[in-house]
Amino acid sequence: MQVPLLELEDVEARYGAVRALHGITLDVGERQVVSVLGANGAGKTTTLRAISGTVRRSGGLRFDGKALPRSPEAVARLGIAHVPEGRGTFAELSVDENLKLGAYTRRDRSGYASDYEEVLKHFPWLAERRDQQAGTLSGGEQQMLALARAFMARPRLILVDEPSLGLAPLIVKQLFDVLRTWIDEHGMSALVVEQNANVALEHSERGYVLEVGRVAVEGTADELRGNESVRKSYLGY
Amino acid sequence: MADVLQQVVSGIASGGVYALLALALVLIYRSTGVVNFAQGEMAMFSTFVCWELLDRGLPYWVAFFLTLAISFVGGVLIERLVIHTVSRSQALTVVTVTIGLLILLNGAAAWIWKGEQRTLENPFPSDTFDVGGVVIAAQDIGIIGVSLAIVVVLWAFLQRTRVGLALRAAALNPESSRLHGVRVSWMLALGWGLAAVLGAVAGILVAPTQGSFDQNLMLPVLIFAFAAAVLGGLDSPIGAVVGGVVLGVVLNLVGAYIDFFADLRLPAALLLILGILLLRPNGLFGRSVVRRV
Repeated sequence: MQVPLLELEDVEARYGAVRALHGITLDVGERQVVSVLGANGAGKTTTLRAISGTVRRSGGLRFDGKALPRSPEAVARLGIAHVPEGRGTFAELSVDENLKLGAYTRRDRSGYASDYEEVLKHFPWLAERRDQQAGTLSGGEQQMLALARAFMARPRLILVDEPSLGLAPLIVKQLFDVLRTWIDEHGMSALVVEQNANVALEHSERGYVLEVGRVAVEGTADELRGNESVRKSYLGY
Repeated sequence: MADVLQQVVSGIASGGVYALLALALVLIYRSTGVVNFAQGEMAMFSTFVCWELLDRGLPYWVAFFLTLAISFVGGVLIERLVIHTVSRSQALTVVTVTIGLLILLNGAAAWIWKGEQRTLENPFPSDTFDVGGVVIAAQDIGIIGVSLAIVVVLWAFLQRTRVGLALRAAALNPESSRLHGVRVSWMLALGWGLAAVLGAVAGILVAPTQGSFDQNLMLPVLIFAFAAAVLGGLDSPIGAVVGGVVLGVVLNLVGAYIDFFADLRLPAALLLILGILLLRPNGLFGRSVVRRV
């Protein structure tokens, strides 16, 4: 069997004395979108933070077969882009500068230019707002900008935290469509944390359901949709 | 009228020096949220380094740029070895540490250079030009020119380069910057290095205008620079420059026409700081940022 791009094995994480993850085991394969579902406080966000190194963690974390470094900078430089809770917008900087920061770890100028063009194709409104202060964008626009920043890094894996939070259903669908398209076209993978299980599973190959810091159910998107307790608790039918 | 213009030009020159030191304060305030009280003493120390290099026979501009390089390394080292170790503490702790640095640098300079009065070589001729009846000192033009050049270079670095962008990003949103691969803690050190360079230029420019100097050279200049930074808005680089120039011109004009005011310049600057902090804490250019969530 092929080695997965990302593997977590019995990962624990804590905020001070409070343990948020009690041994998470999951993996993300090449060219896959994997969703992490669960209620508030189940440890979804913490799982992403454990991967990117923004929370203290222990256990096995491997990316491309190698142990993940501890610092967020080093994780980012390996090709993991984290679109965090709150979107990570550089509010005082222009839209253009935000995109440049997305590509901070890159050295290839021509690749940057072509990716910039491609990002503008997906989000045409960015072009006319290049010089606008990013903090003045609407929530949905900032979420798109956050995705665009992640794309600009040309990562191998994108971690996305609750892209649907506070956004209209139409925008949520658009976001997921763009994410899916970009990932397929560029051979990337994504791990998406989401409360909106319907949209997430629709765009994913596989999923995990977390309950109080543990994996409760895992399977393909179809398996999860067919699981009665998952359906009742998270899909709402 | 010519007389007034003359005072304005020399006011801009001293304002340029305030602006440089104010910029240094703003640079550090933006990235760490604290006022670096040691900024003036770092500048004074750099000035002594320049004096020492000149005393050992180096040509002026070689000594000048060598001092800037040494100051940069010194600033980075101070951040790495001192400030970084308390960076997770409360702002008050960091401020206290910078006051400690102030005393330490002042004492060290007095010890190394024996507390004697020294004279720093003046790079500019003592000529004056007559422009339509206005007498302008070459020294003032030189100071304005060097200050302006430094400000432009700094602006270009911050606005036009990849590292400059990362430096600003690290100050504005450190957490998000790290997720983009920016080594935030090194950006802070870089900021301290740049601030030290700005201070060094300010010290080297101001020392010759005083005739002679000792380890207390920068104490009053720091007060004026602080007033300039507060006037412009502590988080605004443009504000620091404008604040510095405005302060320099106003103090010079008032000082020239009101006899007793010359002695009251420092208290006036302190009063200005107090007044602005009470009435308009963001200063003239301090931004309140629009944020939507």
